[in-house]
Amino acid sequence: MTRAVEIRGLHKSFEDLEVLKGIDVAVDSHEVVCLIGASGSGKSTLLRCINLLEPIDAGSITIAGEEITTEGVNVDATRRKIGIVFQAFNLFPHMNVLRNVTLAPRQVLKASRADAERDAVALLERFGLADKAADYPDRLSGGQQQRVAIVRALAMRPEILLLDEVTSALDPVLVAEVLDQIRELAEQGMTMIIATHEMGFARDVANRVCFLHEGRILEEGEPDRIFSEPEQQETRRFLDRIIAAGRM
Amino acid sequence: MAQSGPSPNVYVPPGGESDPRMPPGSGDRWPKILGGGDTSARNVWIGVGSTLIFFGLLAIIVVRSPGWPEIKDQFFNAAEFKSSFPVILRKFVRNIFIFCAAEVLVLIFAMVIAVLRSLPGPVFTPLRILAAAYTDLFRGVPTILVIFLLGYGMPALELQGVPDSDYLWGIVALTLVYSAYVAEVYRAGIQSVHPSQVAAARSLGLSRWQSMRHVVLPQAVRRVIPPLLNDFIGLQKDSALVFVLGVVDALGQAQIIQQGDFNFTPFVALSVIFIAITIPQARFVDWLIARDQRKRQSSAAV
Repeated sequence: MTRAVEIRGLHKSFEDLEVLKGIDVAVDSHEVVCLIGASGSGKSTLLRCINLLEPIDAGSITIAGEEITTEGVNVDATRRKIGIVFQAFNLFPHMNVLRNVTLAPRQVLKASRADAERDAVALLERFGLADKAADYPDRLSGGQQQRVAIVRALAMRPEILLLDEVTSALDPVLVAEVLDQIRELAEQGMTMIIATHEMGFARDVANRVCFLHEGRILEEGEPDRIFSEPEQQETRRFLDRIIAAGRM
Repeated sequence: MAQSGPSPNVYVPPGGESDPRMPPGSGDRWPKILGGGDTSARNVWIGVGSTLIFFGLLAIIVVRSPGWPEIKDQFFNAAEFKSSFPVILRKFVRNIFIFCAAEVLVLIFAMVIAVLRSLPGPVFTPLRILAAAYTDLFRGVPTILVIFLLGYGMPALELQGVPDSDYLWGIVALTLVYSAYVAEVYRAGIQSVHPSQVAAARSLGLSRWQSMRHVVLPQAVRRVIPPLLNDFIGLQKDSALVFVLGVVDALGQAQIIQQGDFNFTPFVALSVIFIAITIPQARFVDWLIARDQRKRQSSAAV
């Protein structure tokens, strides 16, 4: 069976700094994989590489059996299949919510305005955002903005959704609504790779957890095992620090 | 979130819009100027008083100067003003035509230059160099020289198909010069849009050009409207320079009257016309900015 995502020997450096030092990981369809690890361990870079926002130095990334890191790959077509949501939302401030969501379907998929808006409204309704369709992003709370950003990514009907610390920029009281939305997506079978600091959420929603340390996946496995009986010294140390910080 | 908050070109006094003394969106700038930002009644009266005294003294000094009667007759002659103003105003239509045509061309051409200069990647190096060279050249040469060179030079080539209209070459010269300025304004606007906006657009599958067109440029243009108007007012005033090619525009007409009547009042009349078209434009841009702010920060009805 072809995996949804398969990454082999991925290396990525920024100037002299090697951020990813050989990542091997595979994700099945409908699987939810959480990436955990300290800031700077390479979680965000890994996600940006999968979305081709960063060119890689060595290794390969294969999406549904097709390698996307070879010469001559249609970058735009590849990105259509892979949605990404960022820590800072990155909504387009000059467009209202509806236009934020319909921009890519209309421009990239060439959907008609009526079709794109119908789909967008349906998605917004599904996530309780229908009444925000005409609002501009500045008017929304951080949690609402991030939920719109997720809807915007979903409007392209991606096969895989990448979530890059999507709750890290939010007030604690706003985190839950975003996590609920992601949980719902997981239940509906969305394939997701989630970089997160929310350990409780990771334990709850992930099929598998990967612990990144200094550019390598040091340990991976089922969440219960990783969180209760980590094998690696570094994993234990990281989790202890998280517990001490009250994040779990 | 570099996009939120007031536009970088809008002056927000310390305390900003949350200043409890100022009603939100307060548009009356006179008390602000008179009272130095404080609207309390006492300060307004002090402002009015000191202003009256200052300008009153200035007027007295000017009016009592030995040459004043002569100056008044030569520059501020009411009868001359009355007779020349409508004639000049009629010819000002030509200036309006010239600068409107140039402004439309500048908006488009400068955008092309700015986009070329903002293209990423080594493949586009020649285009970037070309765009940079263009900007350097036309910002460096005085406008009047460009008008002379094109206005006299191009028709003198006597090439087939090259028109010899003074109007046309005046418009082309103004377009070339002001496109260099406006391209820099656009470029600053493009660079002020955070790279994360491009990342978001590209991650949704938009091409480089689609990201530019739908995400970067609309934000960039909104931010540069005030400096853009600045350049346009410069362009409008410089439309008078085409009179060196023999076009009888408002300035040409003013000079004809001045030389006939031996009186400089027509020039003052023309100055009044230029000021009169400038001020509404400045207010219009203030209004545009305020409207954009309101739109973004208020919830629109579905």
